[in-house]
Amino acid sequence: MTTEDRVARFKSLGSIPAPMAAIVLLSLVGVLLDTSANPYTQFVMLLILTNVVLATSLNLVNGFTGQFSLGHAGFMAVGAYTSAWLVTRPELSGMPDLVKFLILPIAGGALAAVAGLIVGLPSLRLRGDYLAIVTLGFGEIIRVVLLNSEAVGGARGLYGIPSAQAVPELGLSPFSAQFLVASVWSVITFVVLWRIVHSAKGRAFLSVREDEIAAEAMGINITQIKVRAFVISAFFAGVGGSLFAHSVKYLNPSTFTFTKSVDIIIMIVLGGMGSFTGAVIAAAIITVLPEMVLRELQQLTGVDLRMVIYSLLLILFMILRPSGILGTREAPELWRSLRDFFQRRSVSEKPQ
Amino acid sequence: MDQSSAQEFIQHLINGISLGSIYALIALGYTMVYGILQLINFAHSEVYMVGAFAAYYTGKGLGLDQHPGFGALFALLLAAVVVCSILGVTIERLAYRPLRKAPKLNILITAIGVSLLLQYSGQIIFGADPKLFPEVIKDVTVFQLGGVEVRSLDITILVVGTLVMIGLHFLVHATKIGTAMRAVSSNTMVARLMGINVDQVISFTFVIGSSLAGIASVLVGLKYPKIDPLMGMLFGIKAFVAAVLGGIGSLPGAMLGGVILGLSEEMVVGYLSSTYRDALAFGILIVILLFRPSGLLGSQTREKV
Repeated sequence: MTTEDRVARFKSLGSIPAPMAAIVLLSLVGVLLDTSANPYTQFVMLLILTNVVLATSLNLVNGFTGQFSLGHAGFMAVGAYTSAWLVTRPELSGMPDLVKFLILPIAGGALAAVAGLIVGLPSLRLRGDYLAIVTLGFGEIIRVVLLNSEAVGGARGLYGIPSAQAVPELGLSPFSAQFLVASVWSVITFVVLWRIVHSAKGRAFLSVREDEIAAEAMGINITQIKVRAFVISAFFAGVGGSLFAHSVKYLNPSTFTFTKSVDIIIMIVLGGMGSFTGAVIAAAIITVLPEMVLRELQQLTGVDLRMVIYSLLLILFMILRPSGILGTREAPELWRSLRDFFQRRSVSEKPQ
Repeated sequence: MDQSSAQEFIQHLINGISLGSIYALIALGYTMVYGILQLINFAHSEVYMVGAFAAYYTGKGLGLDQHPGFGALFALLLAAVVVCSILGVTIERLAYRPLRKAPKLNILITAIGVSLLLQYSGQIIFGADPKLFPEVIKDVTVFQLGGVEVRSLDITILVVGTLVMIGLHFLVHATKIGTAMRAVSSNTMVARLMGINVDQVISFTFVIGSSLAGIASVLVGLKYPKIDPLMGMLFGIKAFVAAVLGGIGSLPGAMLGGVILGLSEEMVVGYLSSTYRDALAFGILIVILLFRPSGLLGSQTREKV
């Protein structure tokens, strides 16, 4: 197999074994965490997987299609509330627990996708910063509607949302069952989005990002492509919201403010807009950083510096390294170019 | 309509216009910066928040709430204007100028970053709990007209707002720097070729826009005396909606948009429900962007290759 073949296979993520291996690996991590980590660390790990789903899905719109959505938290809220509402329905009580929790994100995602379609169809005719403001507006409207919906707790929110229960037949504790659900869905999200972007059709997303007018001249219906990206992104935001609901077990409209959307944006800006692996890495960093490091700092200084540091990072990255950690490259490519770099150096050093 | 409901309506009308003129002042800052840099200056709402705190500390430091009156009002306005101008120019200098040639999206993200930085630094420096703004103008009923109360605060807001807007109109249309601002806004490249110092004009625009935000912050502090570091965000976004409604880049548009938004908000609160008050602005925004993206008074632009 030539290098090109390998690169092509890597890019298509075409093989079934790779995602399966990732799920198995993550489940093993789950089992390991289950036995060795305290509940708090376990919770943080669940949040990482949730944020991976949210960040990669936002990256499709903001990074690959070059649009700027500020309303991701709104779609996340739709998914979270749908899932939290459905899980207590008596109609679903006959279903095996693990299956139910594996399926719930689809329901959350589907409704979020519908919301995405409603938001996207009219607003994606707009460009750049107008789109940012409209998506921000829609996110806020979703929040205000939730705030006024007594059926889902209104301003009080929803308490005691169940999460996956233990599955003794598979040797899963409640945590490792929930972790398995989150792992499966983050791998599905990653693989599906990756496959879409690297497919022939998916090239259209990139072309819209690079130059809308040129893309239109090539016969691409840019509004349709934007709406498509938006709906897919909203679907996975809903999936992320569902995972969030069953990890945190408590929902409140005030969780899904503009700040939550900005949190996700910070992840993809840091990771590199247009890099899935970058988004994954940054999602992990941004989730762990406040919980593990900034908490210590907060105890030391007595003030909450989390958002101050985030916003400084955002500004400094934009001025000094606007492409983020990875830019539009993926981690393996970075690894290759690093290796080439060192090889070239060792070659050029040899003659001396 | 019987008499008492007519009175109520006129009362809402007065409230709406005075709220609207505050929105208009902030909207002017957004629209001026957008006109010149094509940037939604997200940090503008935080400049306004800092202005309120500057006035608050000035009022407290000088004990102005003990000596209410126009002198005290003037002192607060001056403090807010000075602090806001300095802050506005500093933001432009440190955060936006290095990105002048960068993609628009990067500048937008930077603006959001600056906004968050000010918000959360504000929470640390000023404290997250709401503060009570010094009451430098006593809110009394000046006169009654057929059962409608006309209060001193509303008159103050209207007078200050109108004077400032007349002054701005004069500045933009009858002075040399105003001409330069209009030139840069219509075509930056050609303005530079004509010998206009574009960076200087941009700085000046930030001074004016931020001063207006400072004035607005004092007026808001008088009308809604609770101020806190997060006060800017929602108010700022609404003011931005007002700017879009009127046609972004257009000064009369921002004033008109502000008054329309203030009036409709007041009417929704008065006759429907106050919980949907905050969603209203976004509803207006979406409708206007769908049917007339250039706003009520804006000019139609076409994207060129």
